[in-house]
Amino acid sequence: MNFSEIADHLNQKLADKFVIKDGLDVLFVQPENLLEVMSFLNSDKSTSFDTLLCITAYDDKILGSAYNLFSLEEKHYIEVRVEVDRDNPIIPTVESIWKAANWHEREAYDLFGIKYEGHSDLRRILLPNDWEGYPLRKDFVTPEFYNGMPVPKDKTDWE
Amino acid sequence: MRKTTEDKRFLKTEEMVLNMGPQHPSTHGVLRLKIWTDGEIVNHIEPHLGYLHRCFEKHCESLTYEQIIPFTDRCDYLASMHMNHGYVLAVEKLLDIELPERTEYVRVIISELQRIASHLMAIGTFSLDVGGITPFTWTFRDRERILDLFETLCGARLLYNYIWIGGLSHDLPKRFLEKTTEFLDYFETQIPEYNQILTGNKIFVERTADVGIITKEVALNYGVSGPNLRASGIDWDLRKNEPYSIYDKFDFDVPLGKGTMGSIGDSWDRYYVRMLEMTESIKILRQAIGSIPSGDVNAARPKKVRPKEGEVYSRYETARGDLGIYILSKGKNMPHRLKMRSPCFCNLSVLNEISADWMISDVITILGSLDIVLGEIDR
Repeated sequence: MNFSEIADHLNQKLADKFVIKDGLDVLFVQPENLLEVMSFLNSDKSTSFDTLLCITAYDDKILGSAYNLFSLEEKHYIEVRVEVDRDNPIIPTVESIWKAANWHEREAYDLFGIKYEGHSDLRRILLPNDWEGYPLRKDFVTPEFYNGMPVPKDKTDWE
Repeated sequence: MRKTTEDKRFLKTEEMVLNMGPQHPSTHGVLRLKIWTDGEIVNHIEPHLGYLHRCFEKHCESLTYEQIIPFTDRCDYLASMHMNHGYVLAVEKLLDIELPERTEYVRVIISELQRIASHLMAIGTFSLDVGGITPFTWTFRDRERILDLFETLCGARLLYNYIWIGGLSHDLPKRFLEKTTEFLDYFETQIPEYNQILTGNKIFVERTADVGIITKEVALNYGVSGPNLRASGIDWDLRKNEPYSIYDKFDFDVPLGKGTMGSIGDSWDRYYVRMLEMTESIKILRQAIGSIPSGDVNAARPKKVRPKEGEVYSRYETARGDLGIYILSKGKNMPHRLKMRSPCFCNLSVLNEISADWMISDVITILGSLDIVLGEIDR
């Protein structure tokens, strides 16, 4: 199925749970509806999205999380996005549907500080545990020191 | 050897936490595994990543699209051409560029050579992990010949920066195709030798068959991809099912795990799928070399790379699996956000699930059979 067919099919079962914005082939979902929409996409026979390819967190004034889903059975794709307020970024976890989400969500938490509610083990994954702040946010300021070591800002002393 | 609850009943043991790595030859890089063991039997594994984290995604936000290509080289440093190609495909999708036919052919030839080199590395180090030292020297001898070919191509042996947006850094050098054919003729005679020393080797089979089985359900649920997915019996290869570049022009098969020595999806299957894939790569290479057209490889190179606003998610079949590049563009010459879905990141996340109840020595087998590269996991 292509995007509009999937959207039409979803509209019959879960109307008002998602919106489609100007021309983008993306389902925008509110955080409180995410689990319902995702488990429908996963379990419904005609969509059957059995693989979670990727979770991309992004900072576009508001924080967001984009889910790329793929169905090996039906061979089709869809992108679902959730956008949340940057002061209180809480999104329910989809770990119960796809285990692949576990590490992807930990990475998004690590670099963007999005809290995935209900996650079994929400810790930093790439950065050290004592790192402060979320470096991929656009307003992140590089710290001057890390554990007493100066973080070089320019490369004049390097050569 | 897998322990059953029956075996455990007679052993009085205590739980012990064991650290493996970050500096350990069998972790294939700087990976630390925290292993909870019961005697010598593994209860639970917690991988600790990030020792090689170089802020790839953060760097990308302050680099132009062309400047990112050398950074992608350093992600999967054993299959750099695949990283170049995967990234460049995503940007070309965003820019909507049509490439000259010769460029596509050269890219396919280089990618398949790289696939053979990468699989040789995987097989060699895997045999080393389970105690076979000779195959390791043989695979490295043959991989070296491919690296020599790449050196004549672009001057670099490991980090190439060869595939550029809309083109290539150079056209093929003189006699490159002849030399490649010579290599293929030689390499085809080597594959039976690998099979003799490894594939049917009793010690090798006993160490790997039935060890660390990834079932279809687990593979899908964890997003396992590449040879590891095909070893579980799932027929999915992007080159075949969703051909990018010009892979639809070539005739090749997708080898699947059949459980010849044990069960479907065990470590032996993961090894053997790589072995068969090298033969398929030779097939593709021979067809591509036979029908490569002439022309200017850089005819479609854009003067400025400034995609319009939008986003793209593109997939590419690297030697290790499904490389996904997600680019969010705001119409500037730098990406607003670039995310790399690295195949090994997902492949490694399955480790805890499949290693429970195996002995510590089997964890090394399983880790070797997954063929991870830490540069790509930590980015």
